[in-house]
Amino acid sequence: MTDTAVYTPTEQDFVPAPPELKETASSEAVTGSKNDMRKRFFAQKSAVAGVVILALLVLLAIVGPYISGHSYDEQTLKHANLAPRVPGLSAAGILDGSETMNKTGGSETVNLYEDLEITDEYYLFGTDSLGRDLFSRAFMGLRISLIIAAAATVINLLIGMNFGIISGYFGGMTDILMQRFIDVVGSIPTLVVVTLLMLVLKPGMGSIIIALMLSGWIEMSHISRAEVLKVKELEYVQAARTLGAGHRHIIFREIVPNITGKLITQIMLSIPSAVFLEAFLSFVGLGMPAGSCSLGTLLTDGFQNVLLHPYKLLPAAIIMVLLMVSCHLVAEGLKKASEQ
Amino acid sequence: MGRYLRKRILISVSILFLILLILFLLLQFMPGSPFNDAKLSEEQVEALRKQYGLDQPVIVQFFKYVGNMLRGDFGVSYSISPNTPITTLLVNRFPITLKIGFASLIFGTVAGVTLGLVTAFFRNRFVKILYSLFTMLGIAIPSYLFAMFFSWFIGYKAELLPLLYDFRSPFVSTVMPVAALSFSVTAVIARFTKSEAEDVMKSDYVMLARCSGLGSGSIMVKYILRNSLIPVITVMAGLLVGLLTGSLVIEKMFSIPGIGGLLTTAIESNDYSVVLALSFVYSALYIVVMLILDLVYCVVDPRVRLGGKPE
Repeated sequence: MTDTAVYTPTEQDFVPAPPELKETASSEAVTGSKNDMRKRFFAQKSAVAGVVILALLVLLAIVGPYISGHSYDEQTLKHANLAPRVPGLSAAGILDGSETMNKTGGSETVNLYEDLEITDEYYLFGTDSLGRDLFSRAFMGLRISLIIAAAATVINLLIGMNFGIISGYFGGMTDILMQRFIDVVGSIPTLVVVTLLMLVLKPGMGSIIIALMLSGWIEMSHISRAEVLKVKELEYVQAARTLGAGHRHIIFREIVPNITGKLITQIMLSIPSAVFLEAFLSFVGLGMPAGSCSLGTLLTDGFQNVLLHPYKLLPAAIIMVLLMVSCHLVAEGLKKASEQ
Repeated sequence: MGRYLRKRILISVSILFLILLILFLLLQFMPGSPFNDAKLSEEQVEALRKQYGLDQPVIVQFFKYVGNMLRGDFGVSYSISPNTPITTLLVNRFPITLKIGFASLIFGTVAGVTLGLVTAFFRNRFVKILYSLFTMLGIAIPSYLFAMFFSWFIGYKAELLPLLYDFRSPFVSTVMPVAALSFSVTAVIARFTKSEAEDVMKSDYVMLARCSGLGSGSIMVKYILRNSLIPVITVMAGLLVGLLTGSLVIEKMFSIPGIGGLLTTAIESNDYSVVLALSFVYSALYIVVMLILDLVYCVVDPRVRLGGKPE
């Protein structure tokens, strides 16, 4: 190489761009794609339906326990085992608080509201065996389950994302060691990990969150690692590296913003799986302590007397199905919107 | 392939050993003791601890335990049915759980592959809607909710199938549990098969086969079916985890005398020798099936069979 071939740029070569050019360059290139993604997302009917149902459920989890006028843990033993009774509909004979009981001598329809002379009371979802309002309980349960799921997901995201990004970004021996670690930890069935952990810890919200964390971060780290591997060789990352950016800048300014789409999809999928595991733990007897209220405990209580009072199971089951389906619809919509 | 096989088996064995270590260490910190009976005096508890070897150093206990495990001797139950060898408790229960688990896996896979292929092959609006609805519900809704609906409508209202497990008619009483468990398997496999089959149908070699005048029946069997089925093996491993978890609840709901129900009882009564043994059995089952699926994948995937690395 000869000296003449080397061109040293002078200050005159770098002229600040005129303001109008600057605006088009920045807004079109960056927010343009985000707008497209939003448009593609909202163009899907099922995804919009998922968002609407999810928003409604979150709203009900916030205000639901206060609507009926009975708190979720208020026990009125006199009002135990009342069937659902809805104002307006009760005059028409539907959901009027009567239920058909199967007895040894055949079936018989009883209306406890009339027997107890409390015809001015309306329990929309009925009451449980301690006379607690199932309407308030159902939405309180939804709130607790959502809090557990959200906390577990945030922790999973923090641990899994960092693990995956470090493993994928630095590569080499770091990657190999970290992946072997995951291979081993991931080969222990979740069932075993969660069962043993819940035996060691005291039952309660904190322990459930830790159990969910131990089982959920691996998937999150797999996804972040795969995404980092895809992104890290792209031109803009190389450009940043050429310009002398440090690892911290490249990871948090160049890579993380570009893998958020996939991570959000995974978040939407890990919420239902957290709700599922919470309910599973309650069912097996390792869940929330007796007397507390979550979707899992409601389902367990409901199932125990499903043959006698099926209405007790219904609210929690329907809420759970709606929550699961809406989260999946949103995740599906996000996936499709980011793929195109 | 021999090298890959050896490496894979070595990893599995070391994972199993590690699980034994973790299980053992975790269980050292367990609250409660199997001797919770208030009637027992201090000396009696001490004598019981000595009898079961709980007074020896942890290391000795551990190696003794591993040795016993490898010989298939899981120790005795402390509180569920005192002094009964756990192996005896398992012998009758294990086949039932295994039967239900594999029935769900196989039934779900066959149904899922069929649904996926049919949807990929007939691009018809009605089939598509049915497919979307089915896969969405199957993936989103947990098996115990399906089980609740089934037992209410089919078992209680219509009285078609028994609500609880009946020894005299094992086949009829496993229909509902298997149906509930295999729902999610069907949905996941259908989704996977459909996207694989669509990829294969677009590929050049199917195009070539079509151009050379092969009938669509033989294309279906020779090309599409075979090439889209290979990757299905990889998802089956993941589904197994869900089946293990699901079977625990399902067994409790239908009172099936399997190892899931035994584990639930053991958890409730703090019988930690049984919990330890069952955790080992579950882990071993999981690892062995994963290994088998991996090896099957090796055999059917030419890239791996011919000495390369699986992706």
